Amino acid sequence: MTVHPLLPGTATGPVVVLDEPLSMWGGLDPETGELIDRRHPQSGAMLAGCILVLPSGRGSSSSASVLAEAIRLGTAPMAIVLAESDDIILLGALVARELYGLVHPVVVADEVTYRSLQTGERVTIADAELVRD
Amino acid sequence: MLHLTDRDRALASGDLGPASAMAMRIITAIAEANGATGLIDVTSAHIDSCLYHGDAGLDFAERLAADGGRVVVPTTLNVSSLDLLHPHLFRGDTHLQERGRRLMAAYLAMGGMPTWTCAPYQAASRPALGEHIAWAESNAIVFANSVLGARTDRYGDFIDICAAITGRVPDAGLHRDEHRRARVVFRLEGISDEVLRSEILYPVVGHLVGRRTGTRVPAIVGLPTDASEDSLKALGAAAASSGGVAMFHAVGRTPEAATLEEALGGVAPEREVVIEQAMLDAARAELSTRTEGPLTAVSVGTPHFSLAEFRTLVDLMYRRRVAAGIEFYVNTSREVLAQAAAEGLILPLRAAGIEIVTDTCTYITPIMRDHDGVVMTNSGKMAYYAPGNLGVAVAFGSLGDCVASAIAGRITLDPAVWG
Repeated sequence: MTVHPLLPGTATGPVVVLDEPLSMWGGLDPETGELIDRRHPQSGAMLAGCILVLPSGRGSSSSASVLAEAIRLGTAPMAIVLAESDDIILLGALVARELYGLVHPVVVADEVTYRSLQTGERVTIADAELVRD
Repeated sequence: MLHLTDRDRALASGDLGPASAMAMRIITAIAEANGATGLIDVTSAHIDSCLYHGDAGLDFAERLAADGGRVVVPTTLNVSSLDLLHPHLFRGDTHLQERGRRLMAAYLAMGGMPTWTCAPYQAASRPALGEHIAWAESNAIVFANSVLGARTDRYGDFIDICAAITGRVPDAGLHRDEHRRARVVFRLEGISDEVLRSEILYPVVGHLVGRRTGTRVPAIVGLPTDASEDSLKALGAAAASSGGVAMFHAVGRTPEAATLEEALGGVAPEREVVIEQAMLDAARAELSTRTEGPLTAVSVGTPHFSLAEFRTLVDLMYRRRVAAGIEFYVNTSREVLAQAAAEGLILPLRAAGIEIVTDTCTYITPIMRDHDGVVMTNSGKMAYYAPGNLGVAVAFGSLGDCVASAIAGRITLDPAVWG
């Protein structure tokens, strides 16, 4: 499947699909990688090492700092698949690449590809390609 | 396809040093993600990245500063984690304090002005109608776009300082006419004059509009056309918190909305919503998590208190004092504090038992002593964030309600306006 890379790179991992947008600020604990927004339907999910699939970010621009911090600490998703482009998520991943050389790809998937992704399956992202393992 | 000027390319290739090269790489990546065809100049920047959210943000600022990053446009700094003028108020640990200080130092080293305020629009010099700026912090963004008619997109952590160092932003989002027109129309109908004249109308309408419109630009019809800047500040801050609103039109009041037709830019709205009193009552109730129980603190000035608000507060407190055991905080900027002090407004407030907080604010950093009871505020933004950020219960009321409650030592809501 083809995706649109905002930040190209390669990553492999198990998919975690979020049913609602997530604000990383107040929503992701960078110490543990847990989804800690208690009003979110996937509250309690562990996001470290996964391929995170979510409609978009939400809320505070401080989410960029939180994502960069999670990447620094090794608790972040390996890659993020969005239904629509999101500057704040992209900024967090861009800054982590600039500072630490850690590449966590951010891609936008079309509706058909986005809907086909299921929590628990393993996928690999390589720039504009997304393949099921 | 993104078109860069020769100067943009020179910056990106490192001709002016590694800091502006990194900043330009980040700006162009965001421009490409947004499908922008070029970059434009900005005349000022307001930085929100100076609030500590972890070492990655500190590493970024210290790297830029060490690599020679310097702002090329007048750049104000948002609140930080610390009140440098009143450090005894800080109750966080020494790690947070040390990191917060280093972050502030890095942004000062890059040429940021030590304004430490979320309300840069209350400063003596501010952007004019149509001016392109790169402002971060949701309430500053919505005020600049809506009330000043200056043009900023939703900037935030990292990109704010990149814009300040390069003087460039993507030609996208709210910099462009087509994104500034209203998409949703809200009409106030059948609202009594008494409610229309009340101060809490604005944060309540803001909260409601934010919930209903999300990130789209709303036009609001039926607000008083003489609404004060403080009222519009309260409306915008609440709408930016509950819904991510970055611009609104108050028809007949804000500069790009002399008429509804102008606000809509000649395009029919996607949706019209009639706001009746029952909806205002519901939105107002949503802003409180508790209206009973012991009152422990009152916090006002989120966004930062203006000089006009200080004058009102002094009148409300005249010859009265805060009840024993109640904490009363006013958050403001150094600049406004100095103006208020020069007018003789600060001594009587301190004598009445009120603490003035500058450089930061009570809902983002550990200042409040007692978290067990209810905190009262007149701010829709504080009411929205404090339960999650601080784990406190919040009662929302007018500034008059806040003062009456602080004096009585218990939550007191004036039933005269909204029952």
